[in-house]
Amino acid sequence: MTEQPALEVDKLCCVRGDRELFRDLSFGVDRGEVLHLKGHNGSGKTTLLRALAGLLLPEDGAIRWRGESIRSLREDYARHLLYLGHLNAIKGDLSAVENLRISAILDGFEITEDRAWSILGEIGLSGHEDLPTKHLSQGQKRRVALARLLANQATVWILDEPFTALDVAAVQMLQDVIQRHVAGGGIAIITTHQEVAMLGDQTRTVVLGRHHA
Amino acid sequence: MLEALIWIIRRDLTIAMRRRADIFTTLIFFVIVVSLFPLGIGPELDTLRLIAPGVVWVGALLASMLALEQIFSADHRDGTLEQMLLTPQPVSLLVVGKVLAHWLVTGLPLVVMAPLLGLQYDLSWPGLQALVLSLLLGTPALSLIGAIGAALTLGLRSGGVLLALLVLPLYIPVLIFGAGAVEATVSGLGGQSHLAMLAAILVGSLVLAPVATAAALRVAED
Repeated sequence: MTEQPALEVDKLCCVRGDRELFRDLSFGVDRGEVLHLKGHNGSGKTTLLRALAGLLLPEDGAIRWRGESIRSLREDYARHLLYLGHLNAIKGDLSAVENLRISAILDGFEITEDRAWSILGEIGLSGHEDLPTKHLSQGQKRRVALARLLANQATVWILDEPFTALDVAAVQMLQDVIQRHVAGGGIAIITTHQEVAMLGDQTRTVVLGRHHA
Repeated sequence: MLEALIWIIRRDLTIAMRRRADIFTTLIFFVIVVSLFPLGIGPELDTLRLIAPGVVWVGALLASMLALEQIFSADHRDGTLEQMLLTPQPVSLLVVGKVLAHWLVTGLPLVVMAPLLGLQYDLSWPGLQALVLSLLLGTPALSLIGAIGAALTLGLRSGGVLLALLVLPLYIPVLIFGAGAVEATVSGLGGQSHLAMLAAILVGSLVLAPVATAAALRVAED
């Protein structure tokens, strides 16, 4: 038997409402790999990502992190995880710096105000660091959310459509960030409708909804 | 871990300070409800003194229930709530932080305002003291218990009404001992035993409610 992958999905079945989205889905992702989830709208990509993050209880099957079920690991698994969903998870009344520092504290580590400023500069938000984020554009809000990627030390990144609302430069930068993360032994699980050939050779692809299409 | 608790309280207080209008709606609702009774019943001091503890307490209870929906709904809408469920911090600890911040913003002003409203009803000085003390012990318990209901009704379309139906019956013990403490003090019996019961309810809900709320939040985000 080959060695088990770091994150392993075993015969997963997810149901939304009355509809079965997928059944007997099995795959594994190892450190240093990108998993690209594909599928048409409504094929269950977001549901699968939420299940992988532990937000959603699958109908059947198991998700294992280093051989242990994420249901039993819970907070120990959350330590290794960074999930970025459709929602940016930033507060409109707080500035970008405040948002970044609070999400870092919640993720279990502290970053100084200077560090937060430099990360936001790096991600292209110079001059907007201390504005309430409700005054920013969609793309800028997305950048505030993505700034967490630069601050975080999590191993597993689960990114749901991370490229939406971003301009060309930001897309390029995000790809670089993901590549660096994966090259450093991280795992990235992403869904996107854009072509991401540039994510590297270490990309695995899982296609959802083939049977129903 | 304690850092996360302090940060979440700071975060919620900062947000509340930047949108002050939300704070005053609860407080003004409380003032109006309590002030309506003398208008409806008439200005007979004997009657007013008699109903004062109950009226002020029911007013505080309704006002704090009205504010409940705000505890989690904004965080639910912008996605920060699901991030809180994904942190290495115990969710119940974050719930304690959020409820505490919520109480400081919506509950504490009620406690501060209550003596003024008590004066409207010609409550005696010991009665006013008992009123403040009972609200100080009771309103945090209301916030903690209400948080369970707020988490359970999160994201539902008619959540507000359902929340009231769920939470109001659970508020009854707090109301009985809260108003009872003031009545007992005014009539000279001493309200210590009522206040002790309120304190016990507060401690009990501090231990149990965050755990139940955390579980309900997980269900709500599923």
